[in-house]
Amino acid sequence: MDNNWPLWEIFVRSKNGLEHRHFGSLHAADEEMALENARDVYTRRNEGVSIWVVKSSNITASNPENNGELFEPAQDKVYRHPTFYKLPDQVKHM
Amino acid sequence: MKSEHLYNYILGIADNSLILGQRLGELCGHGPSLETDIAGTNISLDLIGQTRSYYQYAAKISGENKTEDDIAFLRLERHYKNVLLVEQPNTHFGYVIGRQYLFDVFHLLLLKELQSSKDETLAAIAKKGIKEVSYHKRFSGDWVKRLGDGTPQSAAKMQEAIHDLWPYTQELFDMTDADTAMALEGVGVDVSKLKKAYYKEVTDLFELATLEVPQSTYFSRGGKKGVHSEHMGYLLADLQYMQRTYPNMQW
Repeated sequence: MDNNWPLWEIFVRSKNGLEHRHFGSLHAADEEMALENARDVYTRRNEGVSIWVVKSSNITASNPENNGELFEPAQDKVYRHPTFYKLPDQVKHM
Repeated sequence: MKSEHLYNYILGIADNSLILGQRLGELCGHGPSLETDIAGTNISLDLIGQTRSYYQYAAKISGENKTEDDIAFLRLERHYKNVLLVEQPNTHFGYVIGRQYLFDVFHLLLLKELQSSKDETLAAIAKKGIKEVSYHKRFSGDWVKRLGDGTPQSAAKMQEAIHDLWPYTQELFDMTDADTAMALEGVGVDVSKLKKAYYKEVTDLFELATLEVPQSTYFSRGGKKGVHSEHMGYLLADLQYMQRTYPNMQW
């Protein structure tokens, strides 16, 4: 469909105390319409208590072409995980 | 029957929601965009949900072993009491929005009064509906502003819809016999008293939307008495088809 409305990314907090999570995207003419559309598209089954909308063009994303230099160097650096510490038995939930 | 007036009064309110819900339901999958399509369908489902509460209550007091489905699907056209406004067709998106806004403003004023009804069931249904209808009005009002104050084309279409739908607004404030009787008992709302607030709110918004308030002096009425426009028969044919073809079918 030919749609001149810009794209928006929708973040919904499903419960108080939890963080907003990315739910998806939609089209809207401005932020107010984006909020209403998000309410109708993403919270109609009682999914949320708060909505954030962000214009997709305002998001700066990493380029998948650069994944090699950005992410691969971390793959063989297991020592960056805190798995080498001996935990005292008294500490239960880590 | 406990009270024929009460029964007719409930149907007078509920039929508006049923028929407008049906009209919006016709658009399911045909909205101008995915987002507005879902919004319209949500509003339709809100209205039909409210209708069910009213019809269940009406069926209970009818004393005739009726169900909500009998009331919704098995009446003749002349027995539906909805106003002419809500049965008007989905000519284009401007009409859908205009019809919705002109009804939503009235609907919210009505429910705000009805929540203090002496009838506890009606008061409870009204209270629950207020949140839904507040959103309906926000949605339709925002769109009236967007289209009215948008491009020359959207403004012309919105103006056309408002112009054509305006003559159906006054019927909203006509008092039927059931209205008068129920208002006297403190159960119903005297809708004639809502008229001033309604036209003030609607014309204020039209001004914001840079739309002209129609100057029509002719107003159509009749739906409340069962005298409907030519569109109603087609709408009911769609609405009643399944129940008429397969009597007593269950979903």
